[in-house]
Amino acid sequence: MTNAGTTVTADLPTPAVRLPRRRGIELTLIVVAVLLSVYGYCAVGLARNGTVPPGAAGYGAGLGVLALLAHVAVRLRAPYADPLLLPIGVLLNGLGLVLIYRLDLETPGDRAAPTQLVWSTLGVTLFIVVVLALRDHRVLQRYAYVCVAAALALLTLPVFFPAVNGARIWIRIAGFSIQPGEFAKVLLAIFFAAYLAANRNALAYTGRRVWRLQLPTGRVLGPIVAIWLISVGVLVLERDLGTSLLFFGLFVTLLYVATGRTGWIAVGLLLAALGAVAVGRLEPHVHSRVLDWLHPFASIDAGQGPNQLAQSLFAFAAGGLLGTGLGLGHSILIGFAAKSDFILATAGEELGLAGLSAIFILYGLLVERGYRAGLALRDPFGRLLAVGLASIVALQVFVIAGGVTGLIPLTGMAMPFLAQGGSSVVTNWAIVALLIRVSDSARRQYDMEVAA
Amino acid sequence: MTDAMTRHIRLAAAFCTLLLLALLVNATRIQVFQSRPYDDNPANRRQTIARYDQPRGAILVGGRAITGSRDSGEQLRYERTYRNGPLYAPVTGFASQEYGTTFLEHSEDGILSGTDEMLSPLPLWNDLTRAQNPGGNVVTTLNPAAQKAAYDGLGTRTGAVAAIEPSTGRILALVSTPSYDPGALSGNGRTANRSWARLNSDPDKPMLNRAVRQTYPPGSTFKVVTAAAALDAGVVTDLDAATTSPDPYPLPGTSTTLTNEGDGCADAPLRSAFEWSCNTVFAKLGVDVGVRNMSGTAEAFGFNDTGVRIPFAVSPSTFDTSVDKAQLALSSIGQYNTRATPLQMAMVAAAVANGGQLRQPYLVERTTRRGGETVSTAGSSRPVRQAMHPATAVQMKELMEDVVTEGTGTNAAIPGATVGGKTGTAQHGIGNSGTPYAWFVSWAQGERDMEPKVAVAVVVEDASADRSDISGGGDAAPIAKAVMEAVLGL
Repeated sequence: MTNAGTTVTADLPTPAVRLPRRRGIELTLIVVAVLLSVYGYCAVGLARNGTVPPGAAGYGAGLGVLALLAHVAVRLRAPYADPLLLPIGVLLNGLGLVLIYRLDLETPGDRAAPTQLVWSTLGVTLFIVVVLALRDHRVLQRYAYVCVAAALALLTLPVFFPAVNGARIWIRIAGFSIQPGEFAKVLLAIFFAAYLAANRNALAYTGRRVWRLQLPTGRVLGPIVAIWLISVGVLVLERDLGTSLLFFGLFVTLLYVATGRTGWIAVGLLLAALGAVAVGRLEPHVHSRVLDWLHPFASIDAGQGPNQLAQSLFAFAAGGLLGTGLGLGHSILIGFAAKSDFILATAGEELGLAGLSAIFILYGLLVERGYRAGLALRDPFGRLLAVGLASIVALQVFVIAGGVTGLIPLTGMAMPFLAQGGSSVVTNWAIVALLIRVSDSARRQYDMEVAA
Repeated sequence: MTDAMTRHIRLAAAFCTLLLLALLVNATRIQVFQSRPYDDNPANRRQTIARYDQPRGAILVGGRAITGSRDSGEQLRYERTYRNGPLYAPVTGFASQEYGTTFLEHSEDGILSGTDEMLSPLPLWNDLTRAQNPGGNVVTTLNPAAQKAAYDGLGTRTGAVAAIEPSTGRILALVSTPSYDPGALSGNGRTANRSWARLNSDPDKPMLNRAVRQTYPPGSTFKVVTAAAALDAGVVTDLDAATTSPDPYPLPGTSTTLTNEGDGCADAPLRSAFEWSCNTVFAKLGVDVGVRNMSGTAEAFGFNDTGVRIPFAVSPSTFDTSVDKAQLALSSIGQYNTRATPLQMAMVAAAVANGGQLRQPYLVERTTRRGGETVSTAGSSRPVRQAMHPATAVQMKELMEDVVTEGTGTNAAIPGATVGGKTGTAQHGIGNSGTPYAWFVSWAQGERDMEPKVAVAVVVEDASADRSDISGGGDAAPIAKAVMEAVLGL
């Protein structure tokens, strides 16, 4: 199916067969996702107070209505879409709300769950708008340069606002904190996909050959490297290294997928190594992160008590195989950012390795569905867009989950859907909406060919 | 072209799979293989949180809990509370979230905090369920009336009381004054920090458990040991036969002479020498008995025993075994290096009262689960030691009774009971300049009792400002009397 070329049409005997649209599966899975989230919400209340929390019905109804509206939108405008994408989004978002609500119980003065619910609603609304308004993803190709301009503007914006916790990545408007970099990554993915789709032949087959590496011409490569350098430069200035790493990964992945030059991987890794060494030398902030990663318990040995990473590792360890149960862990010991960057530690402690693996596999499925859509599509822009969006999720999960579990140096970043942070939730819903759109196109093109 | 891109997408997907696998493997490493060392890291507060996450078990006196737990609503949730904290502080000690535990709170911590494996209904049950046992209870041997009588008797004075049931070794009262409220140290906030600083800088040392952790020169009360040694060794065979003891008594090998407070001690027979506490007679008796026999008897009573636990450790009482004759003479009247805790002197009186048999003292009758099922009991298999011949014990009882009926200890006499006692006034400080310690050790047997029911030791450090008033009979005996009455129910 993925390699469906022009020959397929000729081979098929009966044009009357239509592919199943699988919307019923989607609805069933959404119901399961909502019920699981409500169960988690109740489990927290039962563990903490012995009673079902008073808001359980409202919470379930709210999440259910949002999911159903999204489902209806998909039914109306993207009937061929992949049926796993939306339920995974609903389950992860619901689980994130449960975890944030659970951590709110430890910080009665600072409740994040209601705000997160508002942002989730906005996210689902954006999802619905994108699914309804964007009839064909190829339209986006036309706005590539608008996207990149907007992305750069968004990335530059926080520089003019005061730094929060050492990073200039937030802007505060009317009580809401917005992280413009989150939106920028989708826009950049669109731009990269559009630009590479248009220029991939030039990138792949022209230019000088140095040893075994085929280098592209400067005329083609110039703009893309410039934009990448600017975005990374802005991020280093803003001290948001997680996003910087994400952009870099996205850039290299798409470049490789578009051109197939292994040389890009070599150049990419070289650039990454140089960048890492330079930033590690110049930025004390980054340097200390690397030291923390190498010796997470150094601060304990120095008599200063455990740092956040050590606390995070303690939380995961306390979870063991099956976890302490929702509401019964002590991940709040992590302190600052327990609800955002370190939210996964709460999942690890209270749901155990079993629950953590389930969450990883949900992300894995989401990414896999994105890649699958990319494989099924025929237009290069759609393929690159699907791969790019899925890669954003994959890289983001790896960077932050690897960071809080001590696999790689910790860089601040939001766990998609789970972590507290409005911009992130909204962006993730936009990603899922775009994936729904491209997966719908992938399936629809096939169906139309069959029908023809 | 499309095929090439498909291959690239597949490779990129494989790379993402690799990232996912790396995350899963690393999560397994931390959550399964590193789990134990991380859990046990002292900087990991989870074990501390779990410890205070449930109410601590109770310490019971006379069937009533003297401790409780308060839900502080903080991260370390339950804080210890005490009913009559100062009264029972020498027994309970404190259980502080910041400063650890002492005394029963320390030695029975496993039961009280619920970590003792004996508390779980089935072996390995808790490992499976991740459940925590509720804290168990510790039932003490204390007699609440005796404890209160001792505490009230000491009042504002500095001192200590220890009372034992001679036939079993059960500790009936253990009091130290001035005392403190251990509840002030329970929490972890500023209040607890301030209390800790205040108690530690207090010159009266309220947290010092004088009944078991402070040794005093026992003074004349030690003459019970010396008399028993003399009778056991056969140095004295007839209580009423005159001894050959000069007054004043020149300490052997020195030019120092020892005198008495009163007259009539020269060549006094053991009975009247004991009754009137003649230093000269007992100093010479000690020398006549010799170092070996004196040490033997003292150690049989429990001196020089570094391993006494009730269940918390008791400071060893000392009788110096490498002494010359002059030092032995002084040691035998409870001076020089002879030092004893009040509990040790109560053991001396108890051994006399119990026919020469010394039962190891103990404070915990039994431990139970929260529901009341017994986890362990003190049992009757506790070691017994013969401190003196039974015949010697009979004679010693007679001597001690005489002290109360007509000697220095008449203040301890109880109508309707047989009481034996011995007073003591111990000089201390450089050149004996310190305020003397008033001692009284005694035992009592009610008219209808088959055997003595209580043995007491009382020490009062600063009995009063007026030095001449300080005496074992005057200051300490009434307190002992009140304790004995409380036990006998008179």
